[in-house]
Amino acid sequence: MAQGTIIIDHDRCKGCELCTTVCPQGVIEMDEVALNAKGYHPAILVDPNHHCTGCAICSVICPDVCITVYREIPQPRKNKLEEVTSHGA
Amino acid sequence: MTTVTIPIEDMQLIYDRPEALACTHTHYCPGCTHSIAHRLLAEAIDELGLREQTILVAPVGCSVFAYNYFEMDGVEAAHGRAPAMATGIKRVSPHNTVITYQGDGDLASIGIAEIIHAAARGEKITTIFVNNAIYGMTGGQMAPTSLPHQKTTSSPLGRDTDLTGSPLKISELMSQIDGAVYVVRRSLHDVKHIRQAKKAILTALKVQQAGLGFGIVELLSTCPTNWGMTPVDAMHWVETAMVPFFPLGDYKIADSVRQLE
Repeated sequence: MAQGTIIIDHDRCKGCELCTTVCPQGVIEMDEVALNAKGYHPAILVDPNHHCTGCAICSVICPDVCITVYREIPQPRKNKLEEVTSHGA
Repeated sequence: MTTVTIPIEDMQLIYDRPEALACTHTHYCPGCTHSIAHRLLAEAIDELGLREQTILVAPVGCSVFAYNYFEMDGVEAAHGRAPAMATGIKRVSPHNTVITYQGDGDLASIGIAEIIHAAARGEKITTIFVNNAIYGMTGGQMAPTSLPHQKTTSSPLGRDTDLTGSPLKISELMSQIDGAVYVVRRSLHDVKHIRQAKKAILTALKVQQAGLGFGIVELLSTCPTNWGMTPVDAMHWVETAMVPFFPLGDYKIADSVRQLE
């Protein structure tokens, strides 16, 4: 699965929690401690094991357009096969 | 599972803020789907490359500052009169794309005459109709689209249909008018329906570009603050209460629009 990541503009976030309900990998949580400039607890990416795939579903539901999504550039299939083979060896 | 971190510089950008959407922070409440509707409209305008030629007519209601939130020209209409103002703009400047963005308190109540006659005249404008079944800006009073038994600040015991009548179904109403060529109802309650809504907005803008006639996209939306719900519960309420009452679908797609697709 492709690796991706998101950048959340914390000061734009209004803490509605909608992104946390749609993330298929469950890697978005609400920051229960920090407050942003608006006074809301913003959403944060908690993804130590790099489960985010850059599917961009969070950015579709985010009402405040806080989320920028990145995904790894797909490698040609041949290279991936070579990679697997070399790792196997 | 890989544990190697790929630097963000080596990744490709999948989603970023649309250019047509201004960087301004919106005044909408947390979880309000007005902002989703704004974003979909901005994305559609960017995709069709219409930003430099679009004129947005903002309504009165929560979206009264809509012209501040888009990087394109906009004007503010009197309450409910956005279709009348859009008519004037489109007639003197037919090469511009003219969009009205209206809520249910604006379009379905005080502005019902303007929208019906704009459609009846077949004005070549596009209307984005945000239906959240309540008056949001003024504090959650009953709107013409409030559901039967829905509690609002002006119907604290629930909407009594014997006293206040039944909710207006705008898409069904508009579909009966000959001048309207594209009438659809979509919802913004989940990712799948948000994507369908964007597709409908794109089609509506293409209808105007082709000069086929009047187009309206009704979007079922939330008002978590005035419904007294969390944003997540409000999305659920749209799905379980509003969608059964206001069925989603294509209410009118003229043959000319089908050929366009």
